[in-house]
Amino acid sequence: MDELKRTILNYVVQEYIEEGDDREVGESTPLISGGIVDSFSMVSLKRFVERKYGIQIPDAEATPAAFDTVDGIAKLVRRYTG
Amino acid sequence: MAYGTDTRQWYCDELERIRDAGLLKQERLIRGVQGAEIDVEFPPGSPPRRVINLCANNYLGFSGHPEIVAAAHAALDARGYGMSSVRFICGTQDLHRTLEDRLTAFLGVEDTLLFPSCLDANAGVFEALFGEQDVLIADRLVHASIVDGMRLCKAMQDTYKHSDMAHLEQKLVEHQDKRFRLIITDGVFSMDGDVAKLDEIVALAEAHGAMVLVDDSHATGFMGARGRGTHEQCGVLGKIDLITTTLGKALGGASGGCVAGRKELVELCRQRARPYLFSNAVAPAVIAGAIKVLELLTASTALRDKLERNAVYWRRLLVEAGFDVKAGASPIVPVMLYNAKLAQDMARDLFEEGVYVVGFFFPVVPKGQARIRTQVSAAHETFHLDRGIEAFVKVGEKYHVLGKGRSALVEAFGA
Repeated sequence: MDELKRTILNYVVQEYIEEGDDREVGESTPLISGGIVDSFSMVSLKRFVERKYGIQIPDAEATPAAFDTVDGIAKLVRRYTG
Repeated sequence: MAYGTDTRQWYCDELERIRDAGLLKQERLIRGVQGAEIDVEFPPGSPPRRVINLCANNYLGFSGHPEIVAAAHAALDARGYGMSSVRFICGTQDLHRTLEDRLTAFLGVEDTLLFPSCLDANAGVFEALFGEQDVLIADRLVHASIVDGMRLCKAMQDTYKHSDMAHLEQKLVEHQDKRFRLIITDGVFSMDGDVAKLDEIVALAEAHGAMVLVDDSHATGFMGARGRGTHEQCGVLGKIDLITTTLGKALGGASGGCVAGRKELVELCRQRARPYLFSNAVAPAVIAGAIKVLELLTASTALRDKLERNAVYWRRLLVEAGFDVKAGASPIVPVMLYNAKLAQDMARDLFEEGVYVVGFFFPVVPKGQARIRTQVSAAHETFHLDRGIEAFVKVGEKYHVLGKGRSALVEAFGA
């Protein structure tokens, strides 16, 4: 796993996995459709990558589908970091 | 014609998809007054069946209380049926102001404004009071109406892990650059029945310069020694900036809600909150019933004391029988099953055994967290709860769930 994905994955685990939750999360784990991140809480994930990488992802691009896996988020971030 | 065959078919198919997923909601018809025992027609057209009700928000048994019904009757005769107006045009009777003053005293706040419901209070309060320079930081398990209300507001939105004070503090630190920070929580969480750590939340708010909003819909009237709510229970009376709550649960169960708290904030809601400005005033009979509720609650704590005893007793019965029950100290006692179909099947069988409960599953609760939520009332007598547990044990034995914890249940049924 590359550095970008590892950074996003670490944030997801720290931000969304509750204590005692034994679910394994990897780069292709469905986060939103899998019930780990709800759309209500997704905003902090978007804000995290925007701040971390100095980018702005338009709301129209930041869909639950685009944010559903660490893979997908990394792809989106790469598109905006060039 | 816009609503042509294809259009109709799309909606029919959508309903079919909901039905196929096993998620179709169907109402059961209650033939009579809400209470501990009710006559229920289900499926539609079948003869009514008398069942014990363990799923109402009728925490204090006021939904059919004779003194409240009489007070509402008297107001119906004296004040008419409806107001045919929003509050600020010609929809405010002196009764509305009286109830607002009584709620202000009861909740221990500076002022109160009635709304058509607590859903409306939550829909209006954020947009009226907060803007782009502010941040709203909510517990992840707050009620859906708070989520909707937050989405209507231009303030930045953030969330913290359920009742995780370290995570909340991290968020408060992160958002120090904002003009106002508002911490948002339920007092008693409706699906889990656990109580917010309001004492710790208030301490964090004071340390990091934040305001606090509590939705106390599942607490007003019975949590705390005098039933004032979660803020009384947690020893922070007078320290909550905004309370939203409902008349639709413990306080009579009819309709109506309110925003209560700091007087400037309440007054700004009166000026700006759209559900207050654009929806009808609560009917006078309902207002008079709620005034009577507060009179009864202020005169005696007997009903909230009975509810507390019933809740402790019911929780003990379930735990001793071997059900996996979420820990808590409220009348909401969730029986955890984790699997949606199991929750539905057991609820259906319990109805056949004379106990009315409902299975809850995604999206009402998180995936893999399906449950039967039971709710105790002061209207229940011990024999209701004893008959209730007999049915639960019988159905629990049928599905072999007794004595099983989360991992065993998930292994046997899936999540």
